[in-house]
Amino acid sequence: MKSQYMIKPMIQTTNSELNNSRRQFVFGASAMLALMSIPFPKNAIANVLSQSLSQLSGKVFDLSIDYKMVNFTGKSARATVVNQLLPAPLLRWKEGETVTLRVKNNLDHDSSIHWHGIILPTEMDGVPGFSFDGIKPGETFEYQFTVQQSGTYWYHSHSGYQEQTGLFGAIVIDPATPDPVIYDRDYVIMLSDWSDEAPENIYAKLKKQADYYNYRERTVMDFFSDVNKNGLANTWNARSLWNNARMSDRDISDVTGSTYTYLMNGNPPQQGWQGLFEQGEKVRLRFINSSAMTIFDVRIPGLKMSVVASDGQNIQPVSVDEFRIGVAETYDVVIEPEVDNAYCIFAQSIDRTGFTVGNLTSDASLHAPIPPMDPRPVLGHSDMGMDMSGMDHSKMDMGGGDMSGMDHSKMAMGGGDMSGMDHSKMAMDGGDMPSMDHSKMVMDGGEMSGMDHSKMAMGGGDMSGMDHSKMAMDAAKATVSGLGLAGFGSNNEIKHINTEFGPQVDMRADAPKSGLHDPGIGLRDHQQQFNRKVLTYGDIKGLHPTYDTRQPSREIQLHLTGNMNRYMWSVNGVKFMDAAPLEFEYGERLRITLVNDTMMTHPMHLHGMWSELETGDPDFIPRKHTVLVQPGSKISYLVTADAKGQWAYHCHLLFHMPGMFRKVVVK
Amino acid sequence: MNKTNLMALGLLSLSATLTSSAVFAGGNDDPLLTKVMLDQFEKGVDPQDPTQFSAQAWLGYDLNKLWLKTEGEYSNSDKQDLEIQALYSTAIAPYWDVQFGIKTHIKPTPNRNWAVIGVQGLAPYFFDIDAALFIGEQSRTAMRLSAEYELLITQKLILTPEVEVNLFGKDDAELGIGSGLSDVSAGLRLRYEIVREFAPYIGVDWRQKLGNTADYARSEGEDTQETQFVIGFRAWF
Ligand SMILES: [Cu+2]
Repeated sequence: MKSQYMIKPMIQTTNSELNNSRRQFVFGASAMLALMSIPFPKNAIANVLSQSLSQLSGKVFDLSIDYKMVNFTGKSARATVVNQLLPAPLLRWKEGETVTLRVKNNLDHDSSIHWHGIILPTEMDGVPGFSFDGIKPGETFEYQFTVQQSGTYWYHSHSGYQEQTGLFGAIVIDPATPDPVIYDRDYVIMLSDWSDEAPENIYAKLKKQADYYNYRERTVMDFFSDVNKNGLANTWNARSLWNNARMSDRDISDVTGSTYTYLMNGNPPQQGWQGLFEQGEKVRLRFINSSAMTIFDVRIPGLKMSVVASDGQNIQPVSVDEFRIGVAETYDVVIEPEVDNAYCIFAQSIDRTGFTVGNLTSDASLHAPIPPMDPRPVLGHSDMGMDMSGMDHSKMDMGGGDMSGMDHSKMAMGGGDMSGMDHSKMAMDGGDMPSMDHSKMVMDGGEMSGMDHSKMAMGGGDMSGMDHSKMAMDAAKATVSGLGLAGFGSNNEIKHINTEFGPQVDMRADAPKSGLHDPGIGLRDHQQQFNRKVLTYGDIKGLHPTYDTRQPSREIQLHLTGNMNRYMWSVNGVKFMDAAPLEFEYGERLRITLVNDTMMTHPMHLHGMWSELETGDPDFIPRKHTVLVQPGSKISYLVTADAKGQWAYHCHLLFHMPGMFRKVVVK
Repeated sequence: MNKTNLMALGLLSLSATLTSSAVFAGGNDDPLLTKVMLDQFEKGVDPQDPTQFSAQAWLGYDLNKLWLKTEGEYSNSDKQDLEIQALYSTAIAPYWDVQFGIKTHIKPTPNRNWAVIGVQGLAPYFFDIDAALFIGEQSRTAMRLSAEYELLITQKLILTPEVEVNLFGKDDAELGIGSGLSDVSAGLRLRYEIVREFAPYIGVDWRQKLGNTADYARSEGEDTQETQFVIGFRAWF
C-alpha cells in the first residue's frame, strides 16, 4: 500500500533510464509521413530514446538564456533556450519557500522570464514595461519571491516572440501541507508547437495573407458533395451566410500543422516521449500547454482520466475521457494504468492538422498504437454568436427579474439559421424554439431588458415548447442592479461600444452563448459519436471553498475583437498600443465578462491575480490563470484585486497578444 | 511638377502617421511591412501574342499603406502598353480601403496623367473588387471596374475568373479611345500553388472593344476582339 501522500517524482536530471543515450537524430519528411497513423514507431524509439525533461530543484536557480541550433524537422533552425535545453529545465519548488532565480541573458536582444500563474510582487512578474525593464543583453536579473501556492505551472519569455522559439519550461510546486491528490508517480507533459520559420515571418505572412497556413478551405469538390447530400438549395443557404459575411467556417487556427511540428516534452511525434509506470501505481500527469498558438485536445485511449487540478489549483476530481487544453492552461490528471500494457498519450491540435504523442508503458519495449486524428472541425453559426438554439439560458441567474422586457412578440421562426448578423434582418425558417430551455432559470431580481429580441422575425414557430414553468424567482437575493450573484456569471446586457465599429473589427456576436458548458469546436459531438466524456468548464469546481465570498461590486465587460482578414486583434476594438489601462481598486471584488466577438478561441490570461471562473457553484469557485473563451460566446470570472501594481492581461495566442492586450493597474 | 510635390507631401504625411509602435511586452502589433505581388506574368501561346504583366506592391501598416500598381504589355509591334499608379490607401471598413493618388500612362504615346480615387476590397461572397475613377488633363475622365474570384478546385489548384470594364468620359482620338464603354475583358486562369508564394498557371484571355473605341480600331484595320491562350506565373513575397 502506498501512502496517500507519497510522491515519487520520476523526472530527474540524471540517471533516467530513458535519458542515457540521447543523441542527435534527423528525421526525413518521408519518415514522418510513413509514421502518421501506424503503431508507435518502435524503430525510432529503439534507436533514439525519448528525451525527458531535466529538473532543477532547490531554492536558488541559475538560468542562462542562449540561442541554440536544434533539429526537429530534418532541418536545423535557431531556438532560444534556457541552460541549453528545449523545453527549459523543469523547476521544482516547495510552497512556503523563498526562491531566487538568477537569469542571465546571453542573447543580443532583450529577454525576460515570466512565471506564469505564480502569485508574486509585480516587479518579479517579468513583463517588460510593467514594473520591470526586461533583461538587457549580457545582464543577469535576479528574481526573488516567496512561493505561496502549489501545483503545476510554467514559465516563459515575455519578450518578442522568444516563447515561440523555445523559451518555456515547467514549474512544479510541492505543497507545504499533505497533497490531497493521491498518486505514486508524476510526469510533466509539456505540449508545444515548433516551426522552422522565424516567428516574425509567420506574423508577417499572416498580415499579408491571413489564411496562409490554412489548407482546409472549402473547395468546389466540397460544394458538389454537399449538393449531392443536401440538395442545391440547402447547400446554397448553408454557404450563403458565411460567404456573405466573407468568413470561412474552416478557420480554426491561424497557424497550423503546415508549418508546426508538435512537441511533447521537446520530442517530435516521430520520436515520441516515453514514460514508465509500475504495477498498481496511480500516475499523475501534469499537462502544460506551452504552445505559442496551438490549442490541444488530449486523451489517452483506454484510460479514464481523473482531472484533479486546473491551472495549478486543486479541483473536485472529474472523470473524463478527453479534455481541451488552451494555450497556457495546465491540467493535472490521475490515471491508473494496468501493468503489461502501453497507453498512447495523444494530443491533437484543435484543427486536426497535427498531433504529438507519448507512450506510457509498464515495459519499455511495449508501444501503444497511435489513434487517427478526429474529424476536422467546422465552425457553426453559433460560433459567430448568432444561433438562437445555441443560446444557453439554462443556468441563467437573473437579478431583479422583469420578464416583461423580453419581447418575443415579434419573433418569426420557421426552419433554420439566421441569415444575418444583424438581428433586425433575422428570419428563421423552421426554427426550433422549444430547444431554448428556460426551465432552469434562476431569477434573482435581474433584468431581461438587455435581451433585445424585438426585431427578430419568427415565422410559424411554436412557442409552446418553451418551458418557463420551473423558473425560480428570488428577488430577495438581488444584488447590485444588473450584476448577477457571485458564482453564476453576468446578467448584464451585451453592449458593443463605439470603438468596436470600424475597419479593425469584422464581426460582433449579438447573441453570444455561454461558454461554460460547451466543450468547444470539434469536441461537441464526441460524447454521442465516440462515447467520450469531454471536460467542460462547467464541470470544474474548486476543491477548497471560495476564498472571497463577497458579491462583485462591479463588472467589466470586455469584448475580444479582431479582423481576421487584416489579421488585427484587439480588445473592445482598441489595440494595446492605443488603450488606456484598466484600473482595479485595491481590495475590490469585481467581475470580468469576456465576450468573444471573433471566430477564434482565445485563451485570456490575467497576471498577478486569480481569475475565479463562475461555473455555477458559488461555494467552490475554481481559480484559474488562463480562461478559454469560445468563439461567439461569453464567460465570466471574479477577481479579487489584492495585488498592487501593473499587470499584463492578454490573449495568450502569441500572434494575437500584441494587439489583444491590456495593462491592468491595481491602486 | 505639382503632382510630384503632392506626392512628396503625401509620403511625408504618411510617414508621420506611420510612427513605429513600441516593442512592449509582446512584440510589435503593427510592424512596417511590404508585399510585392506579381499577379500575372504571362505570354500568349501564339508567338504573335504579347507578354503581359500586372503587379502591385504595398508598403505600410494594417490600416494605411502606400500602393504601387502597374500593368502593361510588351510586344514587337507598336501596340505596347504601360501604366503605373502610386496610391495612398486607407481602410474605411473591415473589408474596404479607399485609395487615392496618381496614374501615369506611359505607353502608348502620347502619355496621359490622371488623378485617381478608388476603392479596393473584398465584397460579400469573396469577390475581390478594384474600382477607380480617373480624372485627367483637359477634363478627361475614366473609370475602371474589375472583379476577381478565387475558386478552389483543391487547396492548391485554384481557378480565377476575372472581369474588367473601362469607361471614358470623352474621345481621345490620338490613343484610339472612344467615349463611353470602351472595352470589356474577361480572363480565366488556373494556377497551381507549388507554395503559397509561387504558382504557375494557364489561362485564356478575351477582350472586346466597344462603341467608339471599336470604331477607331476598325478604322485602323485592327481587330475589335481578341482571344489569347496564355501561360504564366503568379508570385509574391
Ligand atoms: Cu486570441
